[in-house]
Amino acid sequence: MSARRFLIGLALTATLFGATAAGAFSPDEPLTDPALEARAQTLNKGLRCLVCQGQSIADSNAELARDLRVLVRERLAAGDSDDDVTDYLTDRYGDFILMNPPVKGANYVLWFGPVAALLVGGAAVFFAFRRTRASRSSGEGRGPASAQAPLTPDEQRRLDALLDDDPS
Amino acid sequence: MSEKPLQSSHQESGSQPGSDEREHGSSRRRLLFVMAPVGFALLAGILAVQLLGGEPKKIPSALIDKPAPEFELPPVQGYDVGLSTADLRSGNVLLVNIFASWCGPCLVEHPVLTRLAETTDIPIYAINYKDAPDNAARWLKRNGDPYTRIGADLSGRVGIDWGVYGVPETFVIDGEGRIRYKHIGVLTEDDVQGTILPLVERLRQ
Repeated sequence: MSARRFLIGLALTATLFGATAAGAFSPDEPLTDPALEARAQTLNKGLRCLVCQGQSIADSNAELARDLRVLVRERLAAGDSDDDVTDYLTDRYGDFILMNPPVKGANYVLWFGPVAALLVGGAAVFFAFRRTRASRSSGEGRGPASAQAPLTPDEQRRLDALLDDDPS
Repeated sequence: MSEKPLQSSHQESGSQPGSDEREHGSSRRRLLFVMAPVGFALLAGILAVQLLGGEPKKIPSALIDKPAPEFELPPVQGYDVGLSTADLRSGNVLLVNIFASWCGPCLVEHPVLTRLAETTDIPIYAINYKDAPDNAARWLKRNGDPYTRIGADLSGRVGIDWGVYGVPETFVIDGEGRIRYKHIGVLTEDDVQGTILPLVERLRQ
């Protein structure tokens, strides 16, 4: 009795596992060649899901993302290079489908704009800070360090300007 | 900036150049004080427009002014003719609408397409995108069929070739079979009057 139950349980478990394994295979069948599969997964991570936009097709559950994953694997299996696959997709969807937009044309602003803004801003802060320090130390000679340090030409010029300002 | 000798005293340097420089400096600083908030407001404004007013879903098509992709699609269940690239090189300016029975917004724009089909002679072709065959047939039967020809894209592969990422989408094709415009999302009467009809008129000349 209990042996039969055990066997039935075993059969059910086997069916269950069989079903999930089959289910995992049908939508996004991984390529049998591990090297190709690795390339497919790398490509998928770099391709944007256009429906969800913030996600790559590797992360997305959207129908289109799934279709694109299947497409990527198909093309790799057919012998396409990685560039062939991305070209195929950018021909249809534009650069927007790439999670990392290519470094070209107007995209330079995208890539280097923030760095440039940071540098300009940083430089502005640096010079403003230095100017404040310079005018402070040249003004009254606060602190021993500023009293001893010789004036730079810039400081001297500022000092002249300040002294000229003196009404006496 | 002129460099002055280190040991120069203020008496020697005279008052004229010093005050000049100071004026320069202060006006430049004043400009900075004005520019900084202006620049910030500008940036904040652009970001706000992009964030709130812009339509982030609309990605410009990479296919504009390019020939429509090569494809050949079978008819929807119960229909006689499918749709292929050759049908688009008809010499006519025409529309290609991507729709599906599972797509709610498609039902919203359906009356607009129906009206367009009734009131103009612009052929409206369609790609039935990733639909169950009987669902598509039933949907067309229930809601009416404004389409001249329909191709059934069961796998969605032709949709990918067209750069479709969300239905409904509507393409304007010129007489030589080139894609000239892509409308993403529900086509409204305003879109038809304001954009589609004038464009078709222009392409026909």
